[in-house]
Amino acid sequence: MQYNGGSIVAMVGKNCVAIASDLRLGNQALTIATDFEKVFPITDRIYLGMAGLATDVLTLRERFRFRVNMYSIKEEREIEPKTLAQLVSSTLYERRFGPYFIEPIIAGLTDSSKGSQPFIASADLIGCLNFAKDFVVVGTAEDKLLGVAEGLWEPDLEPEDLFETISQTLLNAVDRDAFSGWGAVVHVITPDKVITRTLKGRMD
Amino acid sequence: MNTLVSRFTSSSSTELKALDSRDPDYGENEASDITWGSLGGFGNLGLNGIPSFNIPTVPDPTAFLRLHTDDAADSSCRIKIQHGTTTLAFRFQGGVIVAVDSRATAGSYIASGTVKKVIEINPHLLGTMAGGAADCQFWETYLGSQCRIYELRNRERISVAAASKYLSNLVYSYKGMGLSMGTMICGWDKTGPAIFYVDSDGTRLKGDVFSVGSGSTFAYGVLDQGYRWDLTDEEAQELGRRSIYAAGHRDAFSGNTCNLYHVKEDGWKFIGNYDITKLHYEGSQGAAYGYDQRTQ
Repeated sequence: MQYNGGSIVAMVGKNCVAIASDLRLGNQALTIATDFEKVFPITDRIYLGMAGLATDVLTLRERFRFRVNMYSIKEEREIEPKTLAQLVSSTLYERRFGPYFIEPIIAGLTDSSKGSQPFIASADLIGCLNFAKDFVVVGTAEDKLLGVAEGLWEPDLEPEDLFETISQTLLNAVDRDAFSGWGAVVHVITPDKVITRTLKGRMD
Repeated sequence: MNTLVSRFTSSSSTELKALDSRDPDYGENEASDITWGSLGGFGNLGLNGIPSFNIPTVPDPTAFLRLHTDDAADSSCRIKIQHGTTTLAFRFQGGVIVAVDSRATAGSYIASGTVKKVIEINPHLLGTMAGGAADCQFWETYLGSQCRIYELRNRERISVAAASKYLSNLVYSYKGMGLSMGTMICGWDKTGPAIFYVDSDGTRLKGDVFSVGSGSTFAYGVLDQGYRWDLTDEEAQELGRRSIYAAGHRDAFSGNTCNLYHVKEDGWKFIGNYDITKLHYEGSQGAAYGYDQRTQ
């Protein structure tokens, strides 16, 4: 899990969710790239982030794209966040005895017919789901992220305030982690738009 | 007179005293005046001027020590040795440049970003810190007091060669006992600017350009590319700064800030402390160091 480094955090706000990741790709101590994104759009209101072994992040991104496409063709509708969480979980458990070395985070809003409710979840590498009401963290800086988030997060933040909270949480946590950082990207998902911003971070 | 001489004569054999409550000196030593700071932090100096250490009363003290200090022997060891570091020093026409980073890591956790890795041994000598922070700090400070004694005895400053050899012989006498240091002893003596690399294996090398630590390969890359003997003072300082930046940027275990020193004929001078992220985005003289910032 420390081979490539990287960390992700997701937070719930008032009718919105945010998901943010750092941009480092490393080979142990050597920093290879500082533009490696770990968070991908699944639908236009659901994002999936994966921290861990970079090769598995790329493999699973394609695998989930395939499975979500098959789901929407069969069901003739967009997938719901909680359904995606179950899909991710079962995909990971399929490899129970030879797992993909990633930990996923899902952040999204439910369908507008269901009131666009915020949803976040994380899982371990073999698919044990964790549905949280406040925030979820994964990656090499997860212990640091948990501490900072515990201190900064509060309920019912508006999108702009949630952006500030998640950005400060991520930036300050990865500054205490040797394997994460080198810039960050934040997505704030609201019912009518997704705000994506790239942050300048410490480059050491 | 003889007693005074014998007090300050160093012998090459190191006195190792077993920690044993049956020892009649056990309680005596612990509360003696010498123990309590009358020697400025070197309260364990024995009568021969060499520090003595209590060693564990187990059948194999070396193996016991390794189990508690070496990550390779026991990953949950209590005493973590600092491994991630970048330090460099080079000699040129205008003296010696010494530049180091300031990060301390414990596993992946960045324990501190404000470590002083240059040890100011005396106004003419600098030592750098890589490996065990406590080992470097203690033995280089101790070297400082030995260099002062040399000055008083011989009425002249110690040469860099002699000072580094004193340290190298000293750490060699502890070989196999878990000392971990990779240091550069830098200064200016009768022969001009000088750098010696000394490590805890007992290696002692004289040279013009050295870099030590996990980020040394990155620093060497920049250093070798820009190094010339006839560098101006400003160019040399910029080269040291730029090399530490490169290591701080690419090496996960180096970074935070760069401390820069310049040793000239009249002793060392602290040039400055530079934030590595600030160097990335803004540079030190207007031009940013970062690749994206330089190339757009």
